Formats: sequence, C-alpha cells, structure tokens
Amino acid sequence: MAKLDQHFFDIGYMDTLSAQQTPIHRLDPRAKLITSLVFITTVISFGKYEISALLPYFAYPVFLGAMGNIPPVYLLKKLLLVSPFAVMIGIFNPLMDRDILINLGGMSISGGWISFLSILIRFGLTVGAALTLIAVTGFNAVCMALDKLGTPRVFVVQLMFLYRYVFVLVDEAARMVRARSLRTFEGGGSGIKTYGPLVGHLLLRTMDRAQRIYLAMCCRGFDGEIRIVKPSKFGIMEIGFTVGWSALFIFMRVYNVPSLMGGSILELIK
Amino acid sequence: MSHHIVEARDLHYVYADGTPGIKGISFRITHGESVAIVGENGAGKSTLLLHLNGYLLPTKGTLRIGDYPLTKKNLKAVRRTVGMVFQDPDDQLFMPTVYDDVAFGPTNLGMPLEELDTVVMQALETMGVSHLRDRPPYKLSGGEKRSVAIASVLSMSPDILVMDEPTSGLDPRARRRLIEQLNNFEHTKIIASHDLDMAVDVCQRAIVIHQGNVTADGPTLELLQDEVLLERSGLEKPLQMQGCPICGQGKAKADKTRYKADKSNSDSSTLTRADKDLLLR
Repeated sequence: MAKLDQHFFDIGYMDTLSAQQTPIHRLDPRAKLITSLVFITTVISFGKYEISALLPYFAYPVFLGAMGNIPPVYLLKKLLLVSPFAVMIGIFNPLMDRDILINLGGMSISGGWISFLSILIRFGLTVGAALTLIAVTGFNAVCMALDKLGTPRVFVVQLMFLYRYVFVLVDEAARMVRARSLRTFEGGGSGIKTYGPLVGHLLLRTMDRAQRIYLAMCCRGFDGEIRIVKPSKFGIMEIGFTVGWSALFIFMRVYNVPSLMGGSILELIK
Repeated sequence: MSHHIVEARDLHYVYADGTPGIKGISFRITHGESVAIVGENGAGKSTLLLHLNGYLLPTKGTLRIGDYPLTKKNLKAVRRTVGMVFQDPDDQLFMPTVYDDVAFGPTNLGMPLEELDTVVMQALETMGVSHLRDRPPYKLSGGEKRSVAIASVLSMSPDILVMDEPTSGLDPRARRRLIEQLNNFEHTKIIASHDLDMAVDVCQRAIVIHQGNVTADGPTLELLQDEVLLERSGLEKPLQMQGCPICGQGKAKADKTRYKADKSNSDSSTLTRADKDLLLR
C-alpha cells in the first residue's frame, strides 16, 4: 500500500512540474489542448498495420517534454504503469492473425505481431502526449481549457473535483488498509471477507464527505455554477503553435515521411 | 446592519431516524460577543451549529440571525451573514488552488472582478498565508489548511463567524497563533470546541450543552471553574486551571486574578502568562 501512496505523490509531482516557467508552460492551455487533440486523432486514424508512418509522431511529445523541462524517466515510468492496459488489448493479436506480412531475411513476421506493435506505439504516443500535456500545463489548467472550449460545465467540474479529492480518498483508503494490515496476522483477516466491509466503509465515508463539501459550498453561496476567473489570451504564439503542429500532423498523416525520406536517399545514391 | 444578533428560542431538532439532536435550546448572542459552545461528545454542539447557517431547520422553535428569522426563503442572506468554518479543512477547501478557494465565496456573491483580488489578498494576509496563494490545497500542512479555510470565509466579510473545533489537529504553536488571530477579529464569534483552554482564552461567554439542553450560560471563567457543573455536563476543568502536576499546587486562584488583569490586554497575554508562570514557580 505504501507503493500506492507513493504513486499518488508522484501525481502530485505533476503539479510541481506544471508550475515551471518555460515558453511551453506559458502557452495558453487551449493551444496545447487543441494541438494534442489533433495529434491524438491523427495518430489513432492510421490503419491497423501501420508502424513506419507513426514513428515521426514521436517528435511532438519529445518536443513538449524537452522544451517543458520534463524528466523523461518520470514520464516513462508513468507510461509503464498504465501499459498493461495496452498490452491486454493487443496481446491476442499474434495468436488470431497469423498471416505472414513481412519476410525479414529468413524470419517471417505475422500480421498479428505487426498490429500488436502498432497498438503499443500508438499507446506510447497518445498516452505519452497526454501525460506530457498535463505535466506542462497542469491538470486544472487543462480542465479550464476544456471549459473555455465549450465542454459542458458539469463534466469540467466533475474532473476538477475528482482531481482535488482523489488525494484525500487515497489517503483515507491508505489509512484504512494500514490499520487493517497492522491487525492482520497469519490467522487471516486480509482476505475478501474484510475487503468488502472496507470498501463499503470507504464508500460511506466518501458520501459523508461529499455531503459536507456540498454544505461548505452552499455556505459560501454556491448556486449550481462554479465561476473561475483566469486571465488567458490566445495570441500569435498560440495560433502559431496550434496551426504549425496541426499542419505537420496532417502532413505526416497524408505522406509516409520515413518512406519518403528513404526514397529520396535512394534517389541520391542512384 | 448594526445588530448582528443570533437568537434561539426553544430550539428543537429531531433527526430523521427519530434521534433527538437538541431539545429546547434558547440563547441570545449580541453583536461583537465571542461565545464558546462547550459540551461532551454527542451533546448536540454540531447539530446546533448546523442550524446557524440554515443547513438544518429547527423542528420546533425559532432562530433569528441578524434581521431575519431563519426560513428557507432567506437562506442566502443568512449564509452571507454567517461564515462557517468546518472542522475538517479538507471539506472546505475544494477548489484547485488556495486563491480560487478564497475567491469562491466572493465571486458567488457577485463581487466585481476589480475588487476581487484585493478582497482575496486581504483575507489571506489577515491569516498570514498570502504566500500560499497558488498552491493546491492538498499540498498544505494542517495548520496552513486551517488558516486558508478561515481566510476563505473571511473573504466573504461575514458578520458572524461560526467555527467547529478550530484548534483540532493543530500543533501548540499553530494553535497559539490561531488564538491570537481569533482575538484580533471583531466579528461576533461562536466557537464549538472541546478545547476548553482555547475557550477561556478567546471567549468571554460560554454556553454549556449537555444531552441537547443548555445547562449553563455565563462568563467562561466562572462556568469552567464550577466543578459541579462541569461534572454534571460531562466535562473537565481546562488544563490551565488544574493543579500543577509537579508541585501539586492548585493554581485556580492565581489564574482567576491573572485573567482579570489580562482581560484588558488580551493580545499580549501569551507573554505575560508565560512570565507569570515562571514567577509562580
């Protein structure tokens, strides 16, 4: 459980990263959000067996991370943490799809392996870009950008509350689990039998807290709408960033850059 | 709005499951008073506090806050008059940053943007936490959270401050600082607490509650020295009025005279008290 604690402190570290002052951090969150959305859309729109055309897309998260001074090892660790989901999605492809697509020397590679690799690359690209986006923008700023771009308020407020209280919830859960493990001996007490009441109790506590938070909000004049004032400007830098990167993503979608490059090098050699 | 009174007349509240919360409480708190509501666990303190901002409406009896009787219609006006500080600051600090949280109340009250910044910063400075303005609440220490929670209520400039256990979970120094800050406020203060020493330091008047009834209402110093009353209400004497554990001598008498002398200059009371303690030894 200590590990779970630490992972969440790690998420808090994202906030520290997002408080830095670099040109990337200073960009309006909307610019970064729109660009990242275009990025994700183009990346997932590729065909199932695409690998080479996806590779140049790594330029974007790497650029964001490098300019935004984000430690790459930290991001990679976070990627690894969620990677099981992607692996689970693609793991059966090599078994189901056994048609040989490529012959490399004496080795033949089936379509299943190619599509599995493609899924992993896409996962790395999209989740990596999303994590970098949050690390250079801050979760709440991303929420504000969503709000300004017209996402329904209810969702935005949900997200913000989720982020605010996930720390409190994890703290509470960690305390309960710690209390249980301190009184759990070899005779049992750690199985599903106590797990049920523990989770149920956590739910009840959460509902109690929600009630108190709502009360606190009402006490301060909450009327169903949360007003947040954040000065923001969508200037020339923002337009340049968004249009420039989006154009590049679309170009890379239409033309397979690595094969173009390979072709032109071959031309030169001839 | 010169009379920020809080008046309860024969207040009853029965919870939905039939458990009686409070059973006939009456009191009148006038402008500028600071009143401690003391009582054992489950005496009905929190239930009473929840009435003061209209979260609970009395099953029987009336409550007047300022110029209004408490009804559903004027909840908004009442909540504007009464600033409520919760026991757990995590319940109160729900916005992404300290600044947003302190600005939450005033923006809801429709404060113009130009004034907002001044008001928020003023509230933060009053509590001495203006340096925390851009921090997310979950990264603050317990003492900082408490100060920000109070600032988030001060920014609405309420006339009456209601606090539930303001000193719980604070280290001695943070507690002492909070007591000094509370003493500097000119608001009408209603403080529910188990910290009887804090009650002695901050509140001139105390209302003792026991099993949903008021058992005593009067000057804090007198009530909290009344051992029979305290025993009957399930309470104990404040530590500073109990005998010294080392020399075994009771200090109640000395305390009594000391507090009378201190009453006029409560701000410097920390120092003088410490000095006198030394002298007493």
